[in-house]
Amino acid sequence: MPIMHLANWIEVGRMDDYSRQDTPLHRLDARVKAVTTLACIVAVMSFPRYEVSALMPFLFYPMALTGMGRIPFGFILKKIIVASPFALAIAIFNPVFDREAAFMIGPVAVSGGWLSFTSIMLRFVLTVWAALALAACTGMFRLCAGLERLGMPRIFAGQLLFLYRYLFVVVDEGARMKRALELRSGAIVPVSLRVYGSLVGHLLLRSMGRSERIHRAMVARGFDGAIKIVREPKFRPADWAFLLGWSAFFVAARAWNIPALIGNLVTGAAP
Amino acid sequence: MHMADALISPAVGGTMWIVSAGLIAYCARKLKQTMRDNLVPLMGVLGAFIFASQMINFSIPATGSSGHLGGGLILSVLLGPHAAFIVIASVLTVQALFFADGGLLALGCNIFNLGFFPAFIAYPFIYRPLIRGGRGAIRALIAALVAAVVGLQLGAFSVVLETKASGISELPFSTFVLLMLPIHLAIGIVEGLATAAVVAFVARARPEVLDAEPASAGAVTGLRSVLIGLAMAALVIGGAVSWFASTHPDGLEWAIAKVTGKEEVAGSSEGIRGKLAEFQGKTSFLPDYGFKADEEKEVIAASASPAGPEDVGPEWPAVTAGTSVSGIVGGLITLGLVCLAGFALKPRRTNI
Repeated sequence: MPIMHLANWIEVGRMDDYSRQDTPLHRLDARVKAVTTLACIVAVMSFPRYEVSALMPFLFYPMALTGMGRIPFGFILKKIIVASPFALAIAIFNPVFDREAAFMIGPVAVSGGWLSFTSIMLRFVLTVWAALALAACTGMFRLCAGLERLGMPRIFAGQLLFLYRYLFVVVDEGARMKRALELRSGAIVPVSLRVYGSLVGHLLLRSMGRSERIHRAMVARGFDGAIKIVREPKFRPADWAFLLGWSAFFVAARAWNIPALIGNLVTGAAP
Repeated sequence: MHMADALISPAVGGTMWIVSAGLIAYCARKLKQTMRDNLVPLMGVLGAFIFASQMINFSIPATGSSGHLGGGLILSVLLGPHAAFIVIASVLTVQALFFADGGLLALGCNIFNLGFFPAFIAYPFIYRPLIRGGRGAIRALIAALVAAVVGLQLGAFSVVLETKASGISELPFSTFVLLMLPIHLAIGIVEGLATAAVVAFVARARPEVLDAEPASAGAVTGLRSVLIGLAMAALVIGGAVSWFASTHPDGLEWAIAKVTGKEEVAGSSEGIRGKLAEFQGKTSFLPDYGFKADEEKEVIAASASPAGPEDVGPEWPAVTAGTSVSGIVGGLITLGLVCLAGFALKPRRTNI
């Protein structure tokens, strides 16, 4: 689990800003975007392990979400790079253990391991990009409301909304604590275990105290134990078009290797 | 230890999604029965607390590095297993969506690995029995250490099984285990120390917070057998699948072909049935593990079937030079088109 720096939180705040824009993509039903994104990821991951070229068309989907959702590419790219170490650490072993030559580029033999390594990293970019773009063009509130209508337990939907609502508040509290610590300890940040226990314990007790106050405020406003989630209106034609259009594209791109077909056309190679 | 989508096959990811969704539904039902309504904001805020606590590090004695709270065990101690599992699942969902930390397809795996083991194994079977009968400082420390280590070891082992069953990584089973378990032994000790330190502080400052929980924790005992059975089934299935995947080059495919007999049908029969079977093969959501071995079969299948306009080439590029070149060229052209599309869609400078 990466250590949460304050900069990460500013980034999450930016993501929240992007999700509050008003574009045709943002207005689409959250259920449609969630299901389509998951379909994209499943299709990408269903390819055999040495596939590279057939994955390329799937890049159109996150690219379209990012572009139409007016999300800066640099923002997404940075997040993808930050998230990459785990996939990289596992994938890098493929070239080590799979040295059988898969094909030749001129005189250079490319081993199956490098091929599957490329495939894994391409899939990593695709899946992470799709998930981030989904979050950035939908936002937590619409996404939770949509998932709740798709059958997610109400308690879990409520938990996600609550967590998201208080994330920034509690993290601010933690950041203030950290700043105070840094100012008083001469920037020797990692503290001893005993100090850590009372610091984080204080943060915990403050958080619990806050939740008590929130609870009283909720009860005062008529809370009866069940969180109410605003339901969005019905499917519109644009929602159906998005869902069916992209699904058809995924099925086609999964069934036929479109780049290879283009390549055949261009190079005139026999199929 | 967050697994990424790029290392998970849809079969494994889907199975773990179903398992984790079932556990969430079970916990949600359980909570509805015993719900104190102040638990709703408490769970939400504690989820946020897990994120916030990770900004503060402590130095690990005798090493140069530092550590922080992981989350699963402290949540179980404070909330009991059911509520803790839901909070962990929500934390992981937010991490997957907003930090690209773990993927959407891998979310089921991550919730199971990081939520099930601490909340339903380490806490009820290790932490609580050890802590019972007094809260001595040493006793609490040992309980937290052992519970955190066991929870993380099980989780790490489960990561290995899920990755092997997916068949995307080439890491041999034993190497992967030797890589994951020692790392997570260290992480487990750190997590145990951090949890013990925070629990010790809370026990001094507000001991009633720690005593408030057992009401909901007692409910877990009645379902122990079910949960143990579930865990065993998952481990056995995972183990069997990974054994197939490692002993047979295309074990899963081979096993599925044995069961359904699809491979034979697609090659031999003609007409509508053959086409249907072929289409099914093409849209199949199960990965084709045996790339090299199956290649000839695929080519034969494609050439033997009645030639429709769509049967221009085999499904995936063959190992021959001609198709790999056209694959590379076509791939680069597609990449170029994607970039062009992105350029066309690039947001103009607007103020948000």
